[in-house]
Amino acid sequence: MYLQLMIINKSGGLVYNQDLSPQAAQLDSNDWLRIGSTFHSLHEIARSIPPGRSSGIVALETSSFALRCLETITGIKFVLTAERGTQVLEPVLRMVYELYSDYVLKNPFHDLEMPIRCRLFTEHVTELFESFHTTGTNANARHQFFTRLR
Amino acid sequence: MAQQTPTSNSVKALRARGDQVWARMPKCNAEFFRLTYGALVVQLVEDCDDIKEVNDKLLSMGVSIGTRIIDEFLAKSNQREPCKSFEETCEVVGRVAFKMFLGVEADVRNWNEDKSRCSLVFPENPLNENVELPPGKNFLYSNIICGAIRGALEQILYKVDVYCIKDTLRGDDTNEIGITFVSRLQAEMDDQYKES
Repeated sequence: MYLQLMIINKSGGLVYNQDLSPQAAQLDSNDWLRIGSTFHSLHEIARSIPPGRSSGIVALETSSFALRCLETITGIKFVLTAERGTQVLEPVLRMVYELYSDYVLKNPFHDLEMPIRCRLFTEHVTELFESFHTTGTNANARHQFFTRLR
Repeated sequence: MAQQTPTSNSVKALRARGDQVWARMPKCNAEFFRLTYGALVVQLVEDCDDIKEVNDKLLSMGVSIGTRIIDEFLAKSNQREPCKSFEETCEVVGRVAFKMFLGVEADVRNWNEDKSRCSLVFPENPLNENVELPPGKNFLYSNIICGAIRGALEQILYKVDVYCIKDTLRGDDTNEIGITFVSRLQAEMDDQYKES
């Protein structure tokens, strides 16, 4: 079960978050902003302490949930939390990145680095996660989802 | 930074990737695309005082496109790791990105000795069909492509200069766009966060 999706811009600001399940932690928007920028800072620290280049935090696991982070080459971070043991995390983040490139960046009213308020994007993200919840972590889900999209 | 010459093998691999991602992209009617772009340029010519201003405007529109299009490229083209060198970056722009967004492949040629300057050569420019330019003016019809390359590379921290060298509309035998490496940008904090 997926819990929460966050998108963090390259300066560490939370630009998007969405509950993916009723079990997701109920926090107010200021708390999410704080969590987003704290995660960004920890990610930067993880990147700068080892010798040589590091990718920063990619995955994190606790006794109750798992977190997965996809940092794009342009510096945007897509962060997904899920119940422990949820299988497909990274491929879903790549699909969300694709949706972001289609429905956020091509929206002429969206300013880069600013909070994302794009109806189509939210709708497609919701649909994507619903399709995963109903079909399970089936490899076909991706295919089904994208054929419906086109 | 180790500079590796791309072998013909990697060119082949890039070309295959270009074809693959082109097949997945939603297509639009080429004539519709040319007409809308033509209408846009005509409108600019009417609104601006001289051709230089039109060229600059096209360039800056291209930059805005580039800063956004780079993420679409990265999301859909299976580019998981950053390129290792400027040379590799240019190859990827020519072989994969050109194919993905314009449907044509650009050849990367004319490298200078320290691999900081090259040209993208593409005999067919999808914007150029059915277009005639008024003679005697330095009109850079496809300057928007130069801008898009510049904007996209800026987002991955390459500062580059991109300029038209040849254009079939101006009677040249092919289309050629030059890319010159200027510097690597640094991800920096905004002035407002710096200690004064």
